[in-house]
Parts: sequence; structure tokens; C-alpha cells
Amino acid sequence: MAATSFKEVFDKLNQGLVGYVVILLHVVAGSYLVYSQPRSNLAFLVFISSLLSLYFFRADNRFKILVGMLLALVIIPVIGVRNIFYLEVIFQISVFAALSLGLNIVVGFTGLLNLGYVAFYAVGAYLWAFFGSQQFYVLNYAPGTQPPDLPFLLPGDAFYLFLLVAVIIAAITGILLGLPVMRLKGDYLAIVTLGFGEVIRVLANNLDKPINLTNGPQGITPIQRPTMPEWVVDLFNSLFGGVIGHEVKLADMYNVMFYFFALLVIIAIIFVTKRLDDSKIGRAWTAVREDEIAAVAQGIPIVRMKLLAFAVGASFAGLMGVLLAASRTFISPESFNFMQSIGVLSMVILGGIGSIPGVILGAAVLTILNLQVLQGFSLYLNDLRQSDAVIPVINFAWKDLSTQLDPAKYQKLLFGLILIIMMIFRPEGLIPAKRRKRDVSMDETK
Amino acid sequence: MKQFLRYLNVKELVRPIGQMLAFSLGSAAVMSAIILILALVLDKTAVGTALVNKLNVSLFSYTLSNLPQVVIDGLTIGFVYAAIALGYTMVYGVLQFINFAHSEIFAVGAFVGVEVLIFLQTLGVLSGASVFMAYAYLSLAILLAMLAAGGLAVTVEKIAYRPLRNAPRLVPLTAAIGVSFLLQDLIRLVEGLTTGQFNRIIPTFGNFDDRITGKLTLGATKLFIGISVKSIIVIVAAVLMLIALNYLVNATKVGKAIRAVSQDMRTASLMGINVNRIISITFLVGGLLGGAAGLLYALKFTRIDPFIGFFPGIKAFTAAVLGGIGNMTGALLGGIILGLLETFAGSYLGVFTMGAAGSEYKDIFAFSILILVLIFRPQGLMGKNVGQKA
Repeated sequence: MAATSFKEVFDKLNQGLVGYVVILLHVVAGSYLVYSQPRSNLAFLVFISSLLSLYFFRADNRFKILVGMLLALVIIPVIGVRNIFYLEVIFQISVFAALSLGLNIVVGFTGLLNLGYVAFYAVGAYLWAFFGSQQFYVLNYAPGTQPPDLPFLLPGDAFYLFLLVAVIIAAITGILLGLPVMRLKGDYLAIVTLGFGEVIRVLANNLDKPINLTNGPQGITPIQRPTMPEWVVDLFNSLFGGVIGHEVKLADMYNVMFYFFALLVIIAIIFVTKRLDDSKIGRAWTAVREDEIAAVAQGIPIVRMKLLAFAVGASFAGLMGVLLAASRTFISPESFNFMQSIGVLSMVILGGIGSIPGVILGAAVLTILNLQVLQGFSLYLNDLRQSDAVIPVINFAWKDLSTQLDPAKYQKLLFGLILIIMMIFRPEGLIPAKRRKRDVSMDETK
Repeated sequence: MKQFLRYLNVKELVRPIGQMLAFSLGSAAVMSAIILILALVLDKTAVGTALVNKLNVSLFSYTLSNLPQVVIDGLTIGFVYAAIALGYTMVYGVLQFINFAHSEIFAVGAFVGVEVLIFLQTLGVLSGASVFMAYAYLSLAILLAMLAAGGLAVTVEKIAYRPLRNAPRLVPLTAAIGVSFLLQDLIRLVEGLTTGQFNRIIPTFGNFDDRITGKLTLGATKLFIGISVKSIIVIVAAVLMLIALNYLVNATKVGKAIRAVSQDMRTASLMGINVNRIISITFLVGGLLGGAAGLLYALKFTRIDPFIGFFPGIKAFTAAVLGGIGNMTGALLGGIILGLLETFAGSYLGVFTMGAAGSEYKDIFAFSILILVLIFRPQGLMGKNVGQKA
């Protein structure tokens, strides 16, 4: 009841010019806060939540797009370069948003639970890591014994080519993995994909012998980036140098560039998802999700449709993998563990399975929780430990608090709690998908 | 006595022993035969020469001399897998749901058992305990581990799974993954806060580390057979539990109810069976087995951490699928086969591939088997085909 009345009040408020005013105020206030207090987490939260008002308040679509573009293309890069930590957070949000949107195609539209999604991410990352580094010339050396000054196999600009190659290779991997298991029930698929994720990680860990393909647990570094023309840095400097307050360096510009790439991928995924969702394929996917037997009866080739969804999801992960390898210039098997897969899945579930804005929100919330709130809480506890403060009632000195209590290390606890709570109380997510909303309400009347 | 025997279903006590003997000996014999033939074939090739150059033994005698130890180790771990796999398969049989958190139930059992033993050690009763008392303490630890794990399994079912029983299939599965993650970090948190560390080592006491050795002359080669007391304990304890479980399911009223619920939940409830109670009992029994398996695992491998549940859990699930999920005999067979296969792979893969791939691939061996089973025989070795395909 409370939810509906809140919605009514919100709808009543959200009329006429109110939306425009709120959006503008929020964006301006957020930008000002982040600009004036570059160290404050709270200011950053106010700033990043302006995307929420942009989504929820009613305004002309052209206005929304304009404000959104202004935010994404100008304000975020400027604020990010001013405080590089924010750019890192925003970059991670966009990477995870892209991954979650990719997984959303598989889980949300077709209802196939993929617990090894980062395996495809790893495929893309290792693909570019191998061809974009000196690894080709290290094949016959054990890790750590290669001579210095080896040449690179390909120029850094081959990155663009490999964005495409990774899409294809990851899609093929997805089809190969999917073929044997697509005939089976959903939960088998979940376990097999989990297994596949671990297989890829173990392979990456151990394929440093007999020939050194992956450099083992040490990972591959340095991985090349595409070249950045001088004039881009100069242009950015001359345009925003005054606002940023310090000389923009090449490394900063690379971060901005990869943020833009991630943004492009997100837009591409949204575009593909929207187009597919309204197409014959999208309807077939929904039919497969809702009732496989009925779908077969309708003449839908379910195995082919499931494979297609699997391949599309995998290809986006592969693409993001190339991006990750280039942006980090270093990858190791530990970046692709089971925890990451579950993290991405939690984002999809938290935001709302099948809902594009929901999934992006889920990615943002979890990334911020992970990078800012948990770590901020850890730092806070550390400060308390160093102080002489005492909890008044139970007379407990903060100094005696075990150093094991480090919230930043308890991400699994957080992800686990989110999964359980969402499944029990709100399985449709924070922003439910439109079509799913109808399904859920129908279920309740049964 | 006669009166008592009349109520005791002797057949159900003897049958599982026969099954276990047949399964263990059969799979061990088949796999030994395969590996020995493989060794004979490869003896004269590059693989054999590489080994002669390295260790100065022929591939065949290397394989043969290691074989008894490998088989015993394989059976030990196989029985542990079987005990965990039964937890998966029972829950699946009743609810058609993969209880992902079962691996953490196992880990909780291991931690509770080990902590009890560590506590006893700090009391000073462990060192210098007689052999009899050592076994009594171990039994106590196993019992407490079982109770903790069983209680936790029932609680998890009540809190996290029961509200979702009629939801779409993926919803409870996702919740189970959440429970699994939550429990992993909870173990870590509790251990970290109370003991300051979360890698625990089981205390050494009693005669568990002793080895019983024997010699076997087989033609020219002498085989040294060494079996540690630990392995015997693990196997005996697992066998006892499996017999008890088999008796519970096949020869008691509760067991009949469990079977009825797993066949058809609605009809069972129409027959006056309290379905919720039976599901709780199923989780309890699975948890008891998993908890005991946890401590047995800790006894065998001595060192535990909050994440130990993950791989044994996945492998036991594979064992359940291999045997035919929902089928209890199948879980037993699957566990034994998987344990043997994995130990064989861990011990011989390095030699047979000339060091290119070794025991580091042991953990993903289970996954390969899982995928192969799902392609070629999705209903498992002993399962009936009950609409596994969509």
C-alpha cells in the first residue's frame, strides 16, 4: 500500500515543469558539489544520482537526451580528470553496466542462468593480451625468464581490429559451450556455465607450460593501448584546462578514452537489445523464457534461439574483455573468478532482470557500494581503531576491534545478502522490466 | 532378540554394503585395468623413455607400484563425495532444486568439528588421550559437526527457500547462490572475529596418522601397500552413514514419506503426509551427512579455510549428476567413480603427458566429466529418463 501511495504522490508532483526544474537543479547541484569538494563521497553520490532524476522525472525526451549527453560527454570527463578516482569509479560502473547488460540478454530475455559469464570476458581479454603484448615471443620461456626488449607482435592500433575479432571469437566460444547443454533444463546450464568459468580460469592459470600462452598466475603485462594523437590532449587542455585546475596528462586522457569506449559499448548494447526485444527474435526469446514447451509448440526453434542469446551475450563480454585488457595494460587469471560472475549476476538481479535502466542502476549501485561505501566504511573503522574512542554503553574500546573486520573484504557477504533479499522480497528488481511487471502481477492473482 | 529382528529390515542393511563393495571394487578394477593397459601401450614410446630417463623405472612398474595407494586415496575421497552428493540428490529428488548452499553446509560442518577439536586441545585432553578416548573425541566432534550442519541446513531452508517454493525455477537457485556466498563470508567473519585467522588446522591426536603397511609380491614386482588410519576412518564412517541413510529411506515410515514426496508432492500431501516436515527432514538428513563429510574431509586434508566447500561441493554435484540426480544409489556410485577418476588423473596425468599437464588440472577434471555426461547421458548412469530434456 505504501508503495502505491508513494507512487501516486510522486506522479502528482511529477507534472509540468517540475521535472525540468528538478533535473536541472540536481545536475547543477551535483556538479557543483563534486567540483567544490573533490574528496567527498557524499558529493559524488549526489552527482551520480542525478542520472536517477533524469530517468524518473518527466520531461521532453529531447531535453533528457541533451542533459544526458552533457553529463556523459562533458561534465563526467571533466570531473573525472579533476579527480582521477571518480573517473575510475565511473569507468568501472560503465564496464560493469556493459557486462550486466550483456548478461541481461542471456538471463533476462531468454531466462538462461549463466554463472560463468566472466569466462567470455576472459576470452576477450586474453585474446588482446596475447596479440597486443610481447607474449607471442615469450612462448618458449617460462614465466619471468624472458629476455628484456622483446618486440610487440602487433601495433597498438590493432586494438580496433581485435574489438571485432573478440566479438566473433567470444560468440563462437559461447555457441560451442552452449551446444551440448542447451537441450537441458536451466539449472544444469547454470552448473555447466559455472564449471566452464572455472575451466577457463584454471587454464589461464596453468597454460604457462608446455608452451607459455598465458604467463600463468603472474598474468600478462604490458598490453598495448591504441595510440592517442597529441592534438586530442592539447584540445582537451585548451578547452577544459582552466576548469580542471591542472595540466591534463596522456594517462588521464587514456582513462577518458576508455570511459568513452565503454559508453559506446553500452549504447550499442542498449540499441541491439531494444531492437532485438521488439523483433521476432526477441519475442521468441520471451516465449522461450516464459514456457519452453509452449514455445516449441509455436514452432520456435528453441535450441537455435537459446544459442543465439548465448552468443550475443558472450560477444559483448568478449568485447569488454578487449577493452579491459587495453585499459588496465595488465591482466591475470584472478580478475576472472567465480566471484566476478556472481557480482555481475547480482547487478542484473538487483536492478531488475530484463530491464535496461534497472540493470544499469544495479551496476552503479553495486560498484559504488563496492568501491566507495565498503571501502569508506573500512577506512572509517581504521580511523576509529587508531583513536581512543569507546562505545559508551557496552564500554568497548574501538582499539580492540579485530583487524579482520574489514568491510571492504566482505563483498561476498554483500552480494549474497542482496541475492537472497531480492529473491524473497522483490524478485523483479529495483526497476522492473515493463513486460515482466505484468507477468508478476498475473502470478499473484493465481 | 527375535522380536527385534522382525522389525529390523535386514535386507536393507545388507543390500547397501553389497552395493558399496561392488561399486568400489568394480570401478577400482576397471580403472586400474585401463591405466595398466595404457601404461603397457605407452611403455615403449617417448612417454616411457622420458620416465626411464627421469626416475629410472619403466612406466608400467611405476604405474603398478603406485596403484594401491592411488586406489585407496581415490576411494577415500570418493566416499566423502558420495556423502555430500547424497545431500544434493535428496534435496533434488524432493524439490527439483540444486541446493547450491550445500557446499557451505559442508564447510560449516568442517569448521565446527575442527573448532571442537581445537577447543578440546586447549583443554589439554587431546594430547595423551588413549586410543579409545581419541576415537571418542573424534566421534563427539563429528556428532557436533553433524548437528550444526543439519540445523543450519534446516534453518536455511526455512528462511531462504520455503518462501520461494512456488516461484520460477531460477529464483530459488539464485537465492541458494546468495546463501552460499553469504555463508562463506559469515564463516570467515566469525572465524576472523573469534580466532583472528580463518585457516584452521585440525589438531593431531590419537593414532590417526599411523600407517598400516603391507607387502604384496606380484611376480617380479613387490607392491608396498600403505593405508593410513585416517583413510580407514573416513571410509568406515562414510560407509556407516550411508548404510544408516539407506535404512532410513528404504525401510522406515519417514523414508517412505520422503520417497512419496519426491514422486509427487501434491499427491503425497493428499495422503496425509506433512510435506513441509518431510522437506525439513530431507534438508536435515542432507545437512547431517554434509557436516560429517566436512569433518572427514578436514581429517583427511588437515587444513581448512572458509572456501573449502566450493570444489568438493561442485564435484559432489557432478557425482550426483553422473549417477543420475535424484537417485541415491547413483549418487553413491557417482561419488566413488569421481573420487577414483580424480585421484587417478591427479597421480598419473603428469607422467602420462610427460609433465605438460599435471595434477593442477585435477579440479577441472570433474567439470569435463560433467559436460561429457550431460552431452551423452543426461539422465546419468543410474537415473531413469524423467523428462530431463526440455
